[in-house]
Amino acid sequence: MIARLLEGVPRRGLVALAALFAALLVFPAFASGYLLAVGFLILYFAYVGQAWNIMMGFAGQLSLGHSLYVGLGAYAAAALYVHFGISPWIGLLASIALCALAGAAMGFLAFRFGVSGVYFAILTIAFAEFARIGFDHFTWVQGSSGFFLPVANYAKNDLWNLRGSPVMFYYLMLCLTAAAFVLCHALLRSRMGYYWLAIRESPEAAQALGVDVFRYKLYAVVISAAMTSLSGVVFAFYYNNLFPEQIFHISRSVEFILGPIIGGIGTLFGPIIGAALLTLLSDGISEVLAAMGWDIPGIKQVFYGVVLLVVITFLPHGIWPALARRLGLSK
Amino acid sequence: MSLLRVEGIAKSFRGLKAVTGASLEVPQGGIVALIGPNGAGKTTCFNMIAGVFAPDAGQIIFENRKIQGLRPDQVCAAGIGRTFQIVKPFAGLSVLDNVMVGSFLKEKTRAGARSVALQVLKKLNLDAKAELPASSLTLPDRKRLEVARALSTRPKLLLLDEVMAGLRPTECDEIVAVFRDLNRSDGLTILLIEHVMRAVMALAQNIVVLHHGEIIARGAPTDVVRDPAVLECYLGEETEV
Repeated sequence: MIARLLEGVPRRGLVALAALFAALLVFPAFASGYLLAVGFLILYFAYVGQAWNIMMGFAGQLSLGHSLYVGLGAYAAAALYVHFGISPWIGLLASIALCALAGAAMGFLAFRFGVSGVYFAILTIAFAEFARIGFDHFTWVQGSSGFFLPVANYAKNDLWNLRGSPVMFYYLMLCLTAAAFVLCHALLRSRMGYYWLAIRESPEAAQALGVDVFRYKLYAVVISAAMTSLSGVVFAFYYNNLFPEQIFHISRSVEFILGPIIGGIGTLFGPIIGAALLTLLSDGISEVLAAMGWDIPGIKQVFYGVVLLVVITFLPHGIWPALARRLGLSK
Repeated sequence: MSLLRVEGIAKSFRGLKAVTGASLEVPQGGIVALIGPNGAGKTTCFNMIAGVFAPDAGQIIFENRKIQGLRPDQVCAAGIGRTFQIVKPFAGLSVLDNVMVGSFLKEKTRAGARSVALQVLKKLNLDAKAELPASSLTLPDRKRLEVARALSTRPKLLLLDEVMAGLRPTECDEIVAVFRDLNRSDGLTILLIEHVMRAVMALAQNIVVLHHGEIIARGAPTDVVRDPAVLECYLGEETEV
C-alpha cells in the first residue's frame, strides 16, 4: 500500500518531504506562542487550499465559496458540542455529511443545468452568501451575535473534546494537512484523478472517451466539500467563537484560494507553498509595521494583491512548477 | 451482419435541416467511408451516432441495440470510439496520460491502463513521445493522438472524423496502413468521414455520399466515383464548352 503510494515520486523529492515533515514535527518545541499560531494558520490554509485544489486544480471547477463548507462544518460540530455535549470527533461526521450534501446539491443544480465557468463560480458565491445571511438569523446558534464555545483552561489536553493547548491544535492540523496531501496524491494517480484532469482540459473529449462528466464533477465537489468541512471543525474548537459575518464571508473564500493560485494550481505542493508564503509574509509585514508604530488598515489586502500580481506576471503557473523544474523534481 | 445500422436519421438546427433521413449500414469488420462536400451533414451524422445530440427522427442501432439518445460517454462505453475533426488533446497532460484517460474505461488499475496505453501508442508510432506534453505535438501527431485515445477505449467501431486532413501524402499512407492493420488483425470496424480521396480509395470497401443532408449515392469505391450525381455535387454540372 505504502509502496504503491510512493511509486513514481522522485527520491530527492521524498527526502525533501521527509525533512519538511520532521521539521514541522519538532517545530512546536522551539516556537513561541506567536510562531505556533502562525504555524497553525499556515497548515490551516494549506489544508483548505489542498481541498479547494481538488475542485479547481484537478477538475477545473472554480469555487469562490469554500467559506460555505468551513462555516457549515464549524457550526455543525460546535452546535452539537455546545447543545448536546457531543464530542467533535462524532460531530465531524455530521459536518462531513452536511457539507457533502451542500456540495452535492449545488453541484447537481449547476451541472444538471449546464452552469459552468464564471456562472458556476457565481453560484458558489451565492450558496455561501445564502448561508451567511441564513446563519445571521439562525437563533439556535445565536445568529449574528456569534456562537461561543466554553473555554476550558489549557492545563490538560482533552483530545476527545478538542479542548486544549495550541500545540495540540497545531499537531491536529499537521495530521490533517499531511493526510490531505497523501489523499490528493493518491487521487491524482487514480482513475478518478485522470478523469478529473481530462474534464479540466476538455469536457467534450473526456465524454467521448467514456467519462461520465456530470458524475465525476459532482464527486469533485462532494469530496472537496467534505474535506473542507474538517478544517471548519478544527477552526471552531481552536478559536472558540463563530460569527456568520466572518466565517461565511467571501473574503475568506478568496483568502483560501490565493495560496494554491500563488503556489501552483493543480499541484500537490502549490497549496502548501502558497499558504506558507502568504501567511509568513503578511504576518511579517504586519509585525514590522506594528514595530514601527504604523497602523495601516487594509495593508494585508494590498499586500495580497501585490504578491498575486507579481506571481501571475512572472510565474503564471505558480511558484511550485518553476521551483520543481529548478530542483529537478518534475518530469 | 451489420454492426451499426442507421435508419432515416434527421436533424435540424433552428429550422435549418442539416440531415434529412440518412440511412447507412456498417458491416461487422468493414470499412465504410462517408464523403460529401463541405456542409453536407457528415459531422452532424457522426455527432448523432456518437451521442453528442439525439436525432429528431430515425433510429441508430449498434449491436442490435438502439443507441440514439444515449450520452457520448454511454455510446463510448457501448463500444464506439470517435475522433474529433478539430483535435481536442488534453493539452496540459502528457501524451501517455492523454491515452490513459481512454484506457481507464476498460482497465480499472493504473498499471493496466498504462500498459494498454503504451501498446496503443506503439501502434501509432507515438511511443517515443509518450512523456511529452500533448501541447508540444505537431498537428499530424495530434491527429495520431486523437486516434490513439479513441483506440485506447478498445472500441468495436471506430468513428474517424477527417483524421487525414492536413497530413502529407506519406503521413497519410502511414496512417492508412495503421487502420488497415487494425481492421485486418484486430477486426476493428471503421466508419470514416474523409475528404482525402487517396485515403478513402485505399481504405473503404463501401462509400456513402451525403449531399445537402441526403444520401445521393452508395456502393463500391470505383462505382461511386463515376456516379454522375456524385460528380455533379463535387464539380458542378457538365457544361458544353
